[in-house]
Amino acid sequence: MKNFTYSRPDAVGAATEAAAADGATIIAGGTTMVDLMKIGVLEPDALVDISGLSDLEGFEVGSDRMRFGALAKMSTVADDQAVIDAFPALSESLWKAASPQLRNVATLGGNILQRTRCPYFRDTAFAQCNKRAPGSGCAALDGGHTNLHAIFGGSSSCVAMYPGDFAQALVAFDAEVSTRGPGGTRTIPFAELHVAPGDDPSVETVLEPGEIVTGITLPVIPAMANSTYLKARDRESYAFASASAAVGLEMDGDTVRDVRIGLGGVAATPHRARAAEESLRGQALTEETAREAGRIAFEDAEPLDGSAYKIALGADVVAGALLQAKSRMGGE
Amino acid sequence: MSKTPPDLRRPGVSRRGFLQGSSVVAGSLGIAASAQAQAQGETEPDSAARTIRLNVNGTSRQLTVEPRTTLVEALRDTLGLTGTKIGCNQGQCGACTILMDGIRVNSCLTLAVMAEGVEIVTVEGLADPTGDLHPMQTAFSENDAFQCGYCTPGQILSAIACIDEGHAGDAAEIREYMSGNLCRCGAYPNIVAAIEQVRDSQQG
Ligand SMILES: Cc1cc2nc3c(=O)[nH]c(=O)nc-3n(C[C@H](O)[C@H](O)[C@H](O)COP(=O)(O)OP(=O)(O)OC[C@H]3O[C@@H](n4cnc5c(N)ncnc54)[C@H](O)[C@@H]3O)c2cc1C
Ligand code: SF4
Ligand code: FES
Ligand code: FES
Repeated sequence: MKNFTYSRPDAVGAATEAAAADGATIIAGGTTMVDLMKIGVLEPDALVDISGLSDLEGFEVGSDRMRFGALAKMSTVADDQAVIDAFPALSESLWKAASPQLRNVATLGGNILQRTRCPYFRDTAFAQCNKRAPGSGCAALDGGHTNLHAIFGGSSSCVAMYPGDFAQALVAFDAEVSTRGPGGTRTIPFAELHVAPGDDPSVETVLEPGEIVTGITLPVIPAMANSTYLKARDRESYAFASASAAVGLEMDGDTVRDVRIGLGGVAATPHRARAAEESLRGQALTEETAREAGRIAFEDAEPLDGSAYKIALGADVVAGALLQAKSRMGGE
Repeated sequence: MSKTPPDLRRPGVSRRGFLQGSSVVAGSLGIAASAQAQAQGETEPDSAARTIRLNVNGTSRQLTVEPRTTLVEALRDTLGLTGTKIGCNQGQCGACTILMDGIRVNSCLTLAVMAEGVEIVTVEGLADPTGDLHPMQTAFSENDAFQCGYCTPGQILSAIACIDEGHAGDAAEIREYMSGNLCRCGAYPNIVAAIEQVRDSQQG
């Protein structure tokens, strides 16, 4: 690991200022940062440790809003009974990710900003990676394995997949992030935080240098109470999603009043399946309509040879998650 | 105030003292140090080794680490506590699991400088001073919950935390909440049995 300077500010203002310096990077739980620094993918000159900003650790589940501090730990939020009752998919998206040890350290802010698991991004022996070394090419597109890659939102520069689970629950349920940067505070719709790779995949979010995510807010909507996170992966636990769905349902008798579908393991950025949602609104939810929604969710997919399997798998996951959410309402 | 901390290159300066001097409050130490750095025309940042205190197995230990030293390296290489193992060194196997303030973490993904002020427990700290093993150590041995033993220190600390967290309800829950500890020898069924035994004896 290349050495760096280390500071641990105890106020958000000082942290933003330190993190805005050239070559400086924020570290929270460190489970992405230390990993990528060890393997030489990230080589910051200065690490600004924000884990001392204890004001950002809290969270609350209110009757019309939920608010999570950026430094709340994945495990604490996943195990919180109020979260489990109000929004099961959110809790599940957290405890079905990583391992207990990682979740005890990893923060919600770091989680949403975790980096891709593209094997060529993570291996500096490959010279070609536009995300790691802009302009160098893309080892995945240039004859590499593409089984872990995006089937939505990729570009001719990069087809890296956004690997996180929690983000899929956020994007489908209208979350917002609050930030504080050198220029002041702002609120960003979660769906606009991440940017598609386009010509320059090294830019992954709209955050400015030094801008710290301070919290995540969600409006409480009825579909949250009947929600689930279904995750298909290579092994039953402790693996990234091959395809996953965060789904929530609000029913009006037998017809769907509101439905939310976020898709993990398939896209370059957190992904909401709006056309699939639309196909269900005002319809009955049956195995047939659920399967049709799954098919529609992947209609516009652009798979590569290695990632084509995600279409059938993802459609099954969407249908399965919809039926699971319905059965949780006792509507089986 | 400069955003780049001055190079103190002076052992014995604690992290907090350094911090307050450089970027938060201009303490006397920081002013003296930056004046010294400026006099030498140096703007080199402080990535040098510094002295920190770690509280390990109930004893406060002083050691010198660089910012990039991971906690498992500090424990094994600097403090000589080689019970904690390194498997993958990437957060994927759990061999390096320790307890920090009672909570299980991977010490390979934690920087030593981030662990100051925390109570650390490693496998060396489990037996009581008379040498009596921790009940989880006994249960691992009684249930043959290991073969080569490489993953075992991490498994045992993780298993203790798994019960403390209330995630040892049944075998399926134990398997899910022990999934952060891989065992190359495949001792999984016996590890689950050991955890069930300790859980039951604690309830009884
Ligand atoms: C073996 C392994 C398996 C994993 N499996 C999964 C999985 O199945 N599903 C899943 O979703 N995740 C998984 N993860 C990823 C894990 O969830 C993330 O590493 C973790 O959530 C990151 O949080 P952190 O606090 O440790 O972030 P850090 O490593 O500290 O930071 C991550 C990034 O966010 C930035 N950052 C952190 N906090 C802030 C903030 N408040 N404001 C601005 N920038 C910030 C940092 O600069 C860095 O770029 C896995 C990780 C590992 C190592
Ligand atoms: S897909 Fe993106 S991250 Fe992977 S090698 Fe290509 S440019 Fe790099
Ligand atoms: S050595 Fe730390 S998790 Fe494998
Ligand atoms: S006992 Fe050999 S790795 Fe687990």
